[in-house]
Amino acid sequence: MSDKDTTADKTLFTPFNVVAGFIIIIGTVITIMRFTGGLAAVTNLSDNNPWGLWIGFDLLVGVALAAGGFVTSAAVYLFGMKKYHSAVRPAVLTGFLGYALVVFALHYDVGRPWRLPYPFIIQSGTTSLLFEVGACVALYLTVLFLEFTPAPLEWLGLKRVRELVVKMTLVLTIFGVVLSTLHQSSLGALFLIVPSKIHPLWYSPYLPVYFFISSIIAGLSMVIFESTLSHHYFTDKMDEAHLSENEGVTLGFAKAASFVLAGYFIIKIIGISFSDNWYLLGTSYGIWFLVEILGFVALPSFLYAVGVRDKNLKLIKWTSLLAVLGIILNRFNVSLIAFNWHLPSSERYFPHWMEIAISVFIVTIGIVVFRFIVTRMPIFYEHPEYKDNH
Amino acid sequence: MSISRRKFLGWIGAAGAGSAIGNTALAGGNKHFTGYPGSYAVLHDTVLCVGCRLCEAACNKVNELPAPVKPFTDLEVLNKKRRTTAKTYTVVNRYESAGKKGPLFRKIQCNHCLEPACASACFVRAFKKTETGAVTYDSTVCVGCRYCMVACPFEIPAYEYDEPLTPRIMKCTMCHSRITKNQLPGCVEACPKEALTFGKREDLLKIARARIRKYSDKYVDHVYGESEMGGTSWLYLSGVPFSEIGMREDLGVTPAPDLTSGALAVVPMVVGLWPVLLTGIYAISKRKEKIAEQELNEAVKHATDEVKEKAEAKLSEALAKAQKEKDAAVEKAVKKALEEAAKSQAKEDS
Repeated sequence: MSDKDTTADKTLFTPFNVVAGFIIIIGTVITIMRFTGGLAAVTNLSDNNPWGLWIGFDLLVGVALAAGGFVTSAAVYLFGMKKYHSAVRPAVLTGFLGYALVVFALHYDVGRPWRLPYPFIIQSGTTSLLFEVGACVALYLTVLFLEFTPAPLEWLGLKRVRELVVKMTLVLTIFGVVLSTLHQSSLGALFLIVPSKIHPLWYSPYLPVYFFISSIIAGLSMVIFESTLSHHYFTDKMDEAHLSENEGVTLGFAKAASFVLAGYFIIKIIGISFSDNWYLLGTSYGIWFLVEILGFVALPSFLYAVGVRDKNLKLIKWTSLLAVLGIILNRFNVSLIAFNWHLPSSERYFPHWMEIAISVFIVTIGIVVFRFIVTRMPIFYEHPEYKDNH
Repeated sequence: MSISRRKFLGWIGAAGAGSAIGNTALAGGNKHFTGYPGSYAVLHDTVLCVGCRLCEAACNKVNELPAPVKPFTDLEVLNKKRRTTAKTYTVVNRYESAGKKGPLFRKIQCNHCLEPACASACFVRAFKKTETGAVTYDSTVCVGCRYCMVACPFEIPAYEYDEPLTPRIMKCTMCHSRITKNQLPGCVEACPKEALTFGKREDLLKIARARIRKYSDKYVDHVYGESEMGGTSWLYLSGVPFSEIGMREDLGVTPAPDLTSGALAVVPMVVGLWPVLLTGIYAISKRKEKIAEQELNEAVKHATDEVKEKAEAKLSEALAKAQKEKDAAVEKAVKKALEEAAKSQAKEDS
């Protein structure tokens, strides 16, 4: 999957292209089945389990992992950490693609996707947390698009428009943080309405706070994780600044992630105390809960700290994967595993393979588009004509 | 100023409250909605229910739902626990209780909450609690997100999963269109045992309490639906604890909208405060940078000044030294010249 594969004179049948092509063909077939046979044809969703993998993974995990955009741009443009500047563009691109794919994925899940704008143009249900999620995601996708545009504008040589967008950086960043705070937390708040359906260890009045704080962890860890992968595959696209700043970015973000994870661990414990759920820790759900907060919150916090102290980049990179998996686990726990825990196992949900295939298909599209963009536009390097001009 | 301060504050308050609360839920406060006055309800006395499924058949007919696989006269169906589906708005289930001889039956359908979770959760307001008491659904705006199904504590709304492009949420309408035409709901009309009673909610509550009082040995002392999830327009009586006939007793009395109103109330606060806070952080980091730059400049200036001074001092010292040397040399030369002159003078004289 090196950059050489994309040059036109080489064969199209590289391993990456073959695998990606295969996944896209399967995805297309399932897409046709979904829009001709309905959700019943391709999912295991039922009247008791109306939300499955496409909400649990594509929406909840997708939005959380795309938090790198707002976290990085806030660090650089608001908190003045200019030494992380080279991390902004890849993070904003990942965020933009992440949100775009979330919206794309929703088209599969909702019954009448062309009505997705209805809450804003026909009739608004402002008492719904989903309204807030929808409004913020729509606005934030626009913000991310604008934040991302300098790269294609430089690529296309449209200087004047680029200048205009760059001037809005501060406003866009503040807007992005406000919107992210709102919808990251609202995704957790979606479940506030069902205390009777979610296991008490995961149901908490603090759900919105948990979702927001853990999205910061997800954002920081994804920047580290994604830069690890990018360094592996796109090193030749990176300029001196990007390469030399990378170690600092990794260490700085790991330090921040370690602290935020520690804080998150503390508020999770406070949550157990607040709801007085200590007695549940001995049950099988309790053990699963402990696996989550010890193995995927406390452990990565500790490993990040050790990694930063020893300047052990390898450890930090593996820890970022652990932290990302922890976020995925948490979102699955809330939306799929702890949800409907009161039902007998015969009425519980497990995704159909075609649901998994569509999720893989959507992630693949994301990787293909990411690759297309970073091999063409100034993402990992500064455009020579716009140096020191940000 | 053309607008008064009071008016302005009123607008701000209304905007904030409006975005937080919308138009039905009341965030905080001590107001408790007990239903539209004079709204209708149905009392289901499970003690009287014999599980004949005539209500199911009537429901199917008046709502023009597809015919079932097995006919409604087939009571074998009761052997399996069922729930409402996209093709059946109501089902009767059979339960066994240790304390009672013979089977018990309970009819399931939408409970038509006073403050419905589905209506609160819907982001296009497809659900409406009407003044008749019925919770109605409008498929012409529905996006099909199924959040109502997630939100419903009674697990009632069903979805047309096999409709590729026009799926609807399907649930009991309490025969809203029949009620407005002064007709009974289909199921109530069909019930041969008067296990279902239609009437005004406040009247039905009185009837239910009277039955409990009169036959205290037959009934559990609780009217299910009077306060569950803030109260519902379907009320239930039972001879055994409600959990034994498949009804959850752990739902609490908090209406669904109250569960999310706190989170919604935070929204305008974030919108109002975050930009201030973030701009402040930006200003602080910017100022820090400026100060750092100033300090750096000063330090550089100071350092160069010092070096300059030192160099000047050294130069002047060197110059002074050179001058001194020069003076000395001149003096020496003059002295020498004088001596020589004196010598030659002496020679001449001699």
